[in-house]
Amino acid sequence: MKTKSNIERLLEAGKFVVTSECGPPRGADAEVIRKKGELLKGVVDAVNVTDNQTSIVRMSSLASCLILKEMGFDPIWQVVCRDRNRIAIQSDILGASALGINNILCLSGDHQSFGDHPKAKNVYDIDSIQLIHTVKTLRDEGKFLGGEELKGKPNLFIGAAENPFGDPFEIRAMRLGKKVKVGCDFIQTQGIYNLEKFEKWMEMVRDRGLHEKCAILAGVIPLKSAGMAKHMKKNVPGMDVPDALIDRLSGVPKEKQAEEGIKICVEMIQRLKEIKGVRGVHIMAIEWEQKVAEIAKASGLLPRP
Amino acid sequence: MIVGNRKSLEEILQLVKPYKKILLLGCRECITVCAAGGEREVGVLASELKLSRMKDGQDIDIKEHTLERQCDFEYIDQIKPFVDEYEAIVSMACGAGIQYTAERFPKKVVLPAINTTFLGVTLEQGVWSERCQGCGECILHLTGGICPVARCAKSLFNGPCGGSSTGKCEVNKETDCAWQLIVDRLKGLGQLDKYEEVILEKDWTTSRDGGPRKRIREDLKLG
Repeated sequence: MKTKSNIERLLEAGKFVVTSECGPPRGADAEVIRKKGELLKGVVDAVNVTDNQTSIVRMSSLASCLILKEMGFDPIWQVVCRDRNRIAIQSDILGASALGINNILCLSGDHQSFGDHPKAKNVYDIDSIQLIHTVKTLRDEGKFLGGEELKGKPNLFIGAAENPFGDPFEIRAMRLGKKVKVGCDFIQTQGIYNLEKFEKWMEMVRDRGLHEKCAILAGVIPLKSAGMAKHMKKNVPGMDVPDALIDRLSGVPKEKQAEEGIKICVEMIQRLKEIKGVRGVHIMAIEWEQKVAEIAKASGLLPRP
Repeated sequence: MIVGNRKSLEEILQLVKPYKKILLLGCRECITVCAAGGEREVGVLASELKLSRMKDGQDIDIKEHTLERQCDFEYIDQIKPFVDEYEAIVSMACGAGIQYTAERFPKKVVLPAINTTFLGVTLEQGVWSERCQGCGECILHLTGGICPVARCAKSLFNGPCGGSSTGKCEVNKETDCAWQLIVDRLKGLGQLDKYEEVILEKDWTTSRDGGPRKRIREDLKLG
């Protein structure tokens, strides 16, 4: 074991892991995080905490991680390269480790033009792959990027995201390979709706042997309605929602669509579990955390070890 | 070339509001090529300003003049004989030219009529596009001749991000994804293996982050 991460422990034991996520509030009320946490207790092995997702200012990811940590969770601290340079990021990594955070998810971050402060200047001193390299250098070499040695290595299990549905498709496994090369321990994928395409991606991943060096957790996002499915297909870049799925949701009355969405999600998890190299599932129930327990239960993922 | 846009007439009118005699100074370099601040644009702006001020009963005396360059004192000095007749200079050069003109005449108000935008190319008549950010350490040999610093919205060195969709950038559907272009080009060159090389953290000291930059060629200096 490289770290004290709960998911690292479970993955080493060969368990199928379950993670979910928690978006911090648009304010300083810690209760919002605690309430979301309550919904996930005993349901997940670790919980992601997003870092100003879609470039909308929220409570800091690290602070929210600590609130969840106090509740007994093993948070996955998401860090984007948009808002901080290598000085701030390395400093935060040391701080997070000192506070007992065991997992980091390295992301480039949504562009600020999507958020509530489109006039902001972005940073991008380093990108997500260089961030993985940064954490690895601090943790395993005990050195800062500047080359000097540090005292007290940060002990983080290193994660990243990958979108099997982003273009160009042919380099998506290659790109994961770059992440693995610089030290990525686990990957959480973009929400999967197009299973066929995901299977093709996994095949490319297995051909490169990447699934043996890096644990792949397949992402799912339960759909609340046919409207949400259509919106994702049309407006969320890099999202692949097949028409058959939209038709299936549209085929049931509006008040039953959420239920159907959960059913689709459960079926997806059951099929993902069977794919060689998929070591866990990441359930992103966006502002719908109360459904994660139901999804996990129906998918046969409970109780958690 | 350096590409710029002329400021709006409203903004320029606001800038020249206190003055009755101005020198409108164009430049024949890049800013002429991108049709923002050459002799022709100096003429157009002068007419627009005169008409607007006349309508308001606030006549303005404008001298139109366009220099070979505003980034060389040698040319800027050509306005010395008459510059004192004017209360302010409105420069239609790029940001470098505007500043150098101001630097030459410490007691003269110099106002910008151009918003300088980027280093770019002419895509077609009337369309220009950014290509370079002058970061001081070129990596085009690694990226198939396409710059991710200037052309990726996030300046990713190991892109594309998850938002690349059908060849376009998530930030603007009109903008090509730089990393799609890089991958396509590397493929065409039979160099897709280059994509698998990780580009590590960039040294930004050669960029603006290292402070204002200066280039010295000792062999060219006089004396």
